[in-house]
Amino acid sequence: MPAAIKAEGLVKTFGDVKALDGVDLDVPEGTVLGLLGPNGAGKTTAVRCLTTLLRPDRGTATVAGIDVLKHPDAVRRSVGLSGQFAAVDEYLTGRENLQMVGQLYQMRAKAAKARAGELLEQFHLADAADRPARTYSGGMRRRLDLAAALVVSPPVMFMDEPTTGLDPRNRQQLWDVIKQLVSGGTTLLLTTQYLEEADHLAHDIAVVDHGRVIARGTSDELKARTGGERVEVVVHEREHITTAVDVLNGFGKGETAVEQHTRRLTVPVTGGAKLLAEVIRELDTRGIEIDDIGLRRPTLDDVFLSLTGHTAETKDEAGTDGETADAKGRGRRKEGAK
Amino acid sequence: MSAMNDSLVIARRNLIRMSRIPEMVIFGLIQPIMFVVLFTYVFGGSMSIGGSTDPDVYKNFLMAGIFAQTVTFATAGAGAGIADDMHKGLIDRFRSLPMARGAVLTGRTMADLVQTALTLLVLAVVALLVGWRPGYAEPTNFGKVMAGFGLLLLLGYAFTWIGALIGLSVRTPEAATSGGLIWLFPVTFISNAFVDSSQMVSWLQPIAEWNPFSATVQACRTLFGDPGVSPSDAWPMAHPIWASIIYSIVIIAIFRTLAVRKYRQAAG
Repeated sequence: MPAAIKAEGLVKTFGDVKALDGVDLDVPEGTVLGLLGPNGAGKTTAVRCLTTLLRPDRGTATVAGIDVLKHPDAVRRSVGLSGQFAAVDEYLTGRENLQMVGQLYQMRAKAAKARAGELLEQFHLADAADRPARTYSGGMRRRLDLAAALVVSPPVMFMDEPTTGLDPRNRQQLWDVIKQLVSGGTTLLLTTQYLEEADHLAHDIAVVDHGRVIARGTSDELKARTGGERVEVVVHEREHITTAVDVLNGFGKGETAVEQHTRRLTVPVTGGAKLLAEVIRELDTRGIEIDDIGLRRPTLDDVFLSLTGHTAETKDEAGTDGETADAKGRGRRKEGAK
Repeated sequence: MSAMNDSLVIARRNLIRMSRIPEMVIFGLIQPIMFVVLFTYVFGGSMSIGGSTDPDVYKNFLMAGIFAQTVTFATAGAGAGIADDMHKGLIDRFRSLPMARGAVLTGRTMADLVQTALTLLVLAVVALLVGWRPGYAEPTNFGKVMAGFGLLLLLGYAFTWIGALIGLSVRTPEAATSGGLIWLFPVTFISNAFVDSSQMVSWLQPIAEWNPFSATVQACRTLFGDPGVSPSDAWPMAHPIWASIIYSIVIIAIFRTLAVRKYRQAAG
């Protein structure tokens, strides 16, 4: 399959910060690539370079077969961009916004108006079409922004953190819209810091950190790298932690990670449900009361952690505090999931 | 062709915005009206114009200055609007579209020109109400008065390009508003707008006389038949109409080039 997006050795430096440090990407036509990484990893810079908003210092890129550096205007005709901030004019109505974008894609006023009407229907904004966008909810604005990116049904779409800041219901809605879009054959490059989102939407995932792609593969391939499942136990009494660690070390394939204040212990295992039953029996025999226990399959968060040594939501603490990085990561994940 | 079309689309967008934020237009009007009233009645009796301290003379002298100051204040609006677009990510959207490069800025300055024209119209009515009489000192006619307003609009248009550059260079709309206004005070006050520049201290006088802003004020006074046309030998004062046109075109040429270049590189 030909690549709809291809980048080789993209480098972009801002002052002494290397935002991109040699990024290679290729996205086959009709597929979704999730660019996954923490804040400041270089995701947005990569999108800005590929959509002609920024000129990379080095490297080459083609989008829809067109050289981004040589023919930026031709690229602009073939891509849709939906940014991190819903870039709609809040004083214009939804309809006026879409019509304006259509005209700037060089459609005639009448055609732009008709297309705006179609998109408003498709994105469930018809009822609010003639209200200024500033009266829209966050989810509606995102949908309008996305609709604006789709005015000319571009073959290649870029979405920079499309659901950041949305509540779960709106996120789900937007995911549905995105899935629909992709099923129509659009190639999509999507950036996200939500591991769940990449897992959900992307065929392929490229993990980005410090301006580099540090891993690439399907969600399953990346998970397989992290090594199988884990047993997670929350003990009732803090005094029981030491004993419980003993028990878990007996079953596990590796070290047991301990999170003191939540009394949560995690250990990598093989053996699935059968093993879980054994662990429960053993804990019971030793008289350890438990609040919760479960078999956990690796999430992309674990993938990220094992690749980078820090979790996706945090960056600053990476490497400074190796021992508790895992524990911190877990606490952090809860915040991230809200 | 597409450049003009894109500019018109953007101009329309900005005009719709302005119509939905009428308070901005109203505040833009209140300020010059206040200046007319305050200067006329507070300073009116104590200013000497061409040797006369008649408040009526000062009133007729003043209006061209207030008009010119008003059109230059549109700079702040243009700057704030563009900074706001940058801030909200709209400039990114525009830059990702296959549209003419300068159209976002041209459209904005065109919309500001329309707003300036409306402001000027209201202000002229107020000026007539408080007693401004074109032809007070020298005979004039309708065509000349309109030509004067044309020069004012040209000056205003030129200054919005300075505002556009400021808007693209600052980080927030607030900074663009204050940054867009601050420099206008020395520019509009070290001029012949509110006082007779021949009465200024000698080192300030040439600055006032060569100030592009003064040229337009002087040109308007000449065309309106207002009193207080400065008898200076400085070239812009002796040929105010030409000076006004040349200055405005030079400002547009310089600042439009700089602003469009800045827009292309805008990192957002």
